[in-house]
Amino acid sequence: MEYRIRTPLDEYTAGMLRAGDVVYISGTVFGARDAAHKKMSDLIASGCDLPFDIRGQVIYYVGPCPARAGMVIGSAGPTTSSRMDIYAPRLIRMGLRGMIGKGLRSSEVKDAMKCCKAVYFAAVGGAGALLAERISAQSIIAFPELGPEALRKLTLVEFPTVVAIDSIGTDIYEKGRELYHCEG
Amino acid sequence: MRIISAIEITNAVERLCIEANYIIAPDMENGIEQAIGDEKSPTGREILRQLLQNASVAREKSIPLCQDTGMAVVFADIGQDLHIEGGEMTRAINEGIRRGYRRGYLRDSIVSDPLNRVNTGDNTPSVIHYDIVEGDHLKLVLMSKGFGSENTSALKMLKPSDGTEGVLDFVTETVSKAGPDPCPPIIVGVGLGGTMEKAALLAKKSLLRKIGVHNTDPEICILEDRLLRRINCLGIGPGGLGGTVTALAVNIEIFPTHIAGLPVAVNIGCHSTRHAEAIL
Repeated sequence: MEYRIRTPLDEYTAGMLRAGDVVYISGTVFGARDAAHKKMSDLIASGCDLPFDIRGQVIYYVGPCPARAGMVIGSAGPTTSSRMDIYAPRLIRMGLRGMIGKGLRSSEVKDAMKCCKAVYFAAVGGAGALLAERISAQSIIAFPELGPEALRKLTLVEFPTVVAIDSIGTDIYEKGRELYHCEG
Repeated sequence: MRIISAIEITNAVERLCIEANYIIAPDMENGIEQAIGDEKSPTGREILRQLLQNASVAREKSIPLCQDTGMAVVFADIGQDLHIEGGEMTRAINEGIRRGYRRGYLRDSIVSDPLNRVNTGDNTPSVIHYDIVEGDHLKLVLMSKGFGSENTSALKMLKPSDGTEGVLDFVTETVSKAGPDPCPPIIVGVGLGGTMEKAALLAKKSLLRKIGVHNTDPEICILEDRLLRRINCLGIGPGGLGGTVTALAVNIEIFPTHIAGLPVAVNIGCHSTRHAEAIL
């Protein structure tokens, strides 16, 4: 199936999406990768508020290139999601509804996704120039000292993704691989 | 004896940073184009088409191919009859990296300390491999090595008795474990022999080989072909979403080794495997 959806995501929308669906995402998402996740995790551990209300939101695992004059953002494709696996279950249990990235996720992340109805979207890794054209605004909302790893607010316009893992735990990476596996 | 100035090195490195990140190598682009014909998965073909589009957008609009503009790895082959004046060579290379990454709007991806992790703010230092060669020229090859693929690389000290099968198994297992993470279709660089660090260096250098060029040793050439078939049977496919083209090439480089050892290093390059070179 093909869908055009807007963020934030409600439980119904997240629950309806299935692994393999092509989804064009529009609206606000939050850009964060390793260092910003560590900072957010420290805030949570200290009982402090996150820089944004995470309920219903989508995090895009990205650390973009600097923007050239007259452009919104530089190259901005997904980074490898598994490095965020240690932080993601906690955020999902706090209400994070979606993640955009590339690559495999741990069983802990999948369990949290099933329990809280969250979705993991895959964007094409290494297509940063193409994907930058689907981002219409960006601003740094926290941790500016992290430079390219600062926490960002991004506005997406029909940002192309595929549902990689849905809220019932089906994983397109596993399914796709089984389908095309042969005896070498 | 020929003389060149350090500033020429800086200028060349600056230019190579930008070229490598904006312009995909023609053999990589052709490789992806050819893969569209070979790929059995419709989703896989769509991803390959998007990668070609990405290469066009990057070239035409001067946007880096990927946001991970990498850690710069420089291979500097210095002719033994060449003299460099007006500055220290390593400093000249790093100054070129600093300028190239700034002028090209490339991402600063280097932290000064692997544990404390503070960004150096200019993408230096680079990793430089010097080699002394014949002649009076300087060949500079710059690779912008992304860590999506670098992180999936591996090295193992096999036993001589593990032989060819042991090598095939280890390389295949490394690619299998990597799955979608290194941005397939990938280039698989394999270093066989030498010592631990020699094998790793051979693997990295092999990523510079053009697609369609094979090892001149017939036995190794056959091994490359066997591995490519095996890897493309894993089913990982473009973007890792399933498919028949997981790797565009397997490049093996070998070196004599010790009677007790069989070092194997696997260095993986993504579908853009960015590099550019200059001769001064």
